[in-house]
Amino acid sequence: MTKTNELVKKLVEEHGVARESLLPVLQGIVKEERYLSKEAMRDVAEQLDISAAEVYGTASFFSFLDTEEKGKYIIRVCKSITCDMKGKCELVRTMEDILKIKVGQTTVGKRFSLLETNCIGLCDQGPAMLINDDYYTKLTPVKVREILGDLIRKTS
Amino acid sequence: MTNIPKKADILFSAYSVEPYQILKDAMKRKKEDIIQELLDSGLRGRGGAGFPTGMKWKFGAAEKADQKYVICNADEGEPGTFKDKKLLTDVPRKTISGMAICAYVTGATKGFIYLRAEYRYLLASLEKEIEVFEQKAKEFGLDFEIKIFMGAGAYVCGEETALIESMEGKRGEPRNKPPYPIQNGYLGKPTIVNNVETLASVSMVCRLGAEEYKKLGTSDQKGSKLFSISGDSPKEGVHELELGMKVSDFVTEYGDGDTKAIQVGGVAGYCIPRKKFESTIIGEGQTTGGSTLIFNSTRSMYRVLHNYLDFYAEESCGQCTPCRVGCQQLLKGIEAVKAGTKPPKYLDQLMKLSNTMNLTSKCGLGQSVTNSFTTIVENFREEMIF
Amino acid sequence: MTNITLKIDNVDVTVEKGTSILDAAKKVDIRIPTLCHHEDLCIAGNCRICVVEQIGKHTLTASCATPAEDGMEIKTSSPKIRKARKDIMSLLVSEHNTQCTTCYRSTNCELQDLAAEYNIDNETYLSVLKPNLEIDKSSWSIEKDDSKCIRCQRCVRTCADIQGVNALAVTEKGNEMRVSTFMHLTMNEIVCTNCGQCITHCPTGALTERRYYDEIWDAIDDPDKHVVVNTAPSVRVALGEMFGYEVGTQVTGQMVTALKKMGFDAVLDTDFAADLTIIEEGHELLARLKAALVDKDPNIKLPMITSCSPGWVKFIEHMYPNHLGHLSTCKSPQQMFGAAVKTYYAEKKGIDPSKIVCVAGMPCAAKKYEANRPEMRSSGYQDIDAGLTTREIGHMIKQSGLDFKDLENGEFDSLMGESTGAGVIFGATGGVMEAALRTVYAVITGRPVPFERLNITPVRGLKGIKEAGIKFENCLPEYSWLEGVEAKVAIAHGLTNARVIMDEVAAGTSPYHFIEIMACPGGCIGGGGQPIPTTDAVRIKRTEAIYKEDMEKPIRMSHENPEITEIYEKFLKAPLGEKSHKLLHTKYRTRKRY
Repeated sequence: MTKTNELVKKLVEEHGVARESLLPVLQGIVKEERYLSKEAMRDVAEQLDISAAEVYGTASFFSFLDTEEKGKYIIRVCKSITCDMKGKCELVRTMEDILKIKVGQTTVGKRFSLLETNCIGLCDQGPAMLINDDYYTKLTPVKVREILGDLIRKTS
Repeated sequence: MTNIPKKADILFSAYSVEPYQILKDAMKRKKEDIIQELLDSGLRGRGGAGFPTGMKWKFGAAEKADQKYVICNADEGEPGTFKDKKLLTDVPRKTISGMAICAYVTGATKGFIYLRAEYRYLLASLEKEIEVFEQKAKEFGLDFEIKIFMGAGAYVCGEETALIESMEGKRGEPRNKPPYPIQNGYLGKPTIVNNVETLASVSMVCRLGAEEYKKLGTSDQKGSKLFSISGDSPKEGVHELELGMKVSDFVTEYGDGDTKAIQVGGVAGYCIPRKKFESTIIGEGQTTGGSTLIFNSTRSMYRVLHNYLDFYAEESCGQCTPCRVGCQQLLKGIEAVKAGTKPPKYLDQLMKLSNTMNLTSKCGLGQSVTNSFTTIVENFREEMIF
Repeated sequence: MTNITLKIDNVDVTVEKGTSILDAAKKVDIRIPTLCHHEDLCIAGNCRICVVEQIGKHTLTASCATPAEDGMEIKTSSPKIRKARKDIMSLLVSEHNTQCTTCYRSTNCELQDLAAEYNIDNETYLSVLKPNLEIDKSSWSIEKDDSKCIRCQRCVRTCADIQGVNALAVTEKGNEMRVSTFMHLTMNEIVCTNCGQCITHCPTGALTERRYYDEIWDAIDDPDKHVVVNTAPSVRVALGEMFGYEVGTQVTGQMVTALKKMGFDAVLDTDFAADLTIIEEGHELLARLKAALVDKDPNIKLPMITSCSPGWVKFIEHMYPNHLGHLSTCKSPQQMFGAAVKTYYAEKKGIDPSKIVCVAGMPCAAKKYEANRPEMRSSGYQDIDAGLTTREIGHMIKQSGLDFKDLENGEFDSLMGESTGAGVIFGATGGVMEAALRTVYAVITGRPVPFERLNITPVRGLKGIKEAGIKFENCLPEYSWLEGVEAKVAIAHGLTNARVIMDEVAAGTSPYHFIEIMACPGGCIGGGGQPIPTTDAVRIKRTEAIYKEDMEKPIRMSHENPEITEIYEKFLKAPLGEKSHKLLHTKYRTRKRY
């Protein structure tokens, strides 16, 4: 049994085999593995007795259920209207520079994924972003350099 | 004459009675009395659709079923809206107490808080609050348990049937209505879905009584309302105001002195240009989730509209033709007009299209695209072209 | 049930509560256009073309998805509706590959029909068709062309509601939303039975069968090749629909003539192989019953389940891989035919089997896949070189310039052109069971089945799962061990029904001895290779045509087919014998379920 098999088994034991457990189970996998691998989705399909296509169809609907491998730190920069007005583009450019990737990509060492996301409810403190579950507000290029710098040091 | 918008102080600090005392008191009353109180108060859903809350509960209470559910809709995804987050952070017990009163009135024994994925950082504190509540419920003899269901990132799941679909492990695609959740909701059972602020307001209506609550606002719109203010404003944040204020007054208080337009009700709402500030009352004729975006004269309304349409094209669930294709057409269309590959009169065609989307889309998402599209294109046509 | 009354276009309509506005309108012959709606499937309400005006409501109402209510007032035609429908059609066309001239479904396309009706142009809106969409031609059976998909989800609902396979799903959302597979794998990489029901439920050319007629024409044109075609019973009762005949018209004679005129060297009858299947499968059943009832052999699997339907076979291989022992080892008639053509027929006719191209005309998409299974080479060659659908045959007849309606009736060639009514009814659900029972009963008792004119009506009809029992009395001496035994049989069609049956088998609670399963609703007459549309009304008419042909046949029991007697005398020797075993039986494989 692989680690993924075990994780899926554990999550299904916790949430049950009914269809309404699908989202909590998928969220549990993403929490541990940062994304849903083919193996994980097939496993879930088997445990919940639904087709793999249905699992993928549901997962791909939601922006927090990634089906491509993601980095340890998933950066989600808000691109909705107020954050856009307050300088989101410059932030993204700064991060693309630092991480040497484009939006939508993951760094080679799988440390960072840089994504844009729709409104995260921090419009009054924009521009804002989430890194994993934590939020960062009133960002400037300088602040972003600091935040990423800290994380880079932490992981190297 | 300028009037300062009347600030209200209900949901956050004043009347700071322990919300569970409100619940306890409510449970001493007849269920139908509480429904009547809500009907009398004029309280309408604060999520955006504005359905009278008392009516919803009345229907919910009348349904006969072995299981009913109460769902607190905390999938606050409307761009420019963040008031529910503040309620859940600062005064979660008012909302939880509102859920419990709903459970008492309608006979539901299970409840969920559907928390959007973007607010996962609220999870730990909410879980603690639920533990506290469960103690209280036991004490009061109320058979009602609450669980948190995490959303997974989809704007359309704020629509109540899409929300229920996603809870059932499916794609968050809105259902055909009827039947409504009140008859056939989560797992086919009667389900009462209310917004966070609505539920907190229920607590306050119960606390103050309809008479007192009704004193706030105008004859058309009762009570107080949270406004999420952002954009070109020195006072960004959540403000509780009495309903029924003129845009000009609002802008004077919250604008930066150079306000060109405001967007009321988020991306799904309306854009009001400066020339209409004096003649427009916020929320009149249309309900609102309370998002107000303020734009000053440096902002390109083309860029604003482009941002909205980009959002819609991504966040449409995609199942119905007018919304899926219509959103893409509007986006590509304004790009083409801007680039000069389509003549300015193409904007008129797009306005007609947005009207078709309004008439034929399956849910409120596709139906409301026309609101911002037409109000921006009509009022800032030259910005779309040049 | 309570009745309600509403007004549609000022006409009072009384319907049962719960009836949709669309169905209520149909009742008074008011036509409302539809695309995502299909009477076989659950309601989606997502194309929105069926919108109508409900008096007192600002927005329009999707008539397929909205229940009629008492006192409702509906308008189905107004400027508001016409403009909305035209806009919706324009939007669908704007995300569609409008190269109709190169589309296989051209002139048989619901989108094309409505686009013409509303006179849609390519100017009103910009094209939002995704660039660089590649056609998925990876499967032997099904081609998927996303550029023609209108996202009505009929295929998705077909695969879910009718087949319970869910190979296709809606993926992504918004402008990226599409109908796809697990992780966008190609059609040959996924759990798909190739049944082709998605094709017959697709309103456009997004899902089609993989076409092989160019290769067939090449073979026909090659003087070195001896091209043999055999056609299944369901083809002859549906092919006429391609030429404007009323549904349910038998066109057997004209079809044979057409195929001959097109240049096939021999036009033979799959029904011959159906009769052969009955002999082999009937004896296999008797052998299993004896082993179980008399020898008490614990390794013998009962119930025995038919294996004629390649979609069903692939389904059980994926979904119930531990229960393959229940499948009859008999090949399907198509594959028995191919194996016999390249051995028996070649020998008799003195033709080098390497020069024979054996083509099967089938109502089926899965037969294409089946022909390419590595197991299907027992003649020493690929037994069947290509499977064509009824639709492809129709196209080939058109391509050859023949005026189908003017053709005279022709006769199948010999050998392997003779068949019985039992072979014919293979096309309808319950038909294999009926044919088997006719022969098995006669073999056991020496008398015909005790049903009026051999018509075993309990196994007929469109009910999803049918059951019947038949008691063996006054058996011949060698079958005395069956005296008084009541054979319990079941018939299922549509894989969702098959699943119900198989769950019982898997749980060890199946009460049956023999089960017939067909992948497609209605059996082969409703196959994935049949003319489009197929609905229950169409299935019923095609089925009636099948039973009519049965009644017209002079011989109606497989074992009485003289060509069958001959092939056993001169070639196979005995049912389940060594040669049969090599040529006519097969093995199955376990496949992954997810």
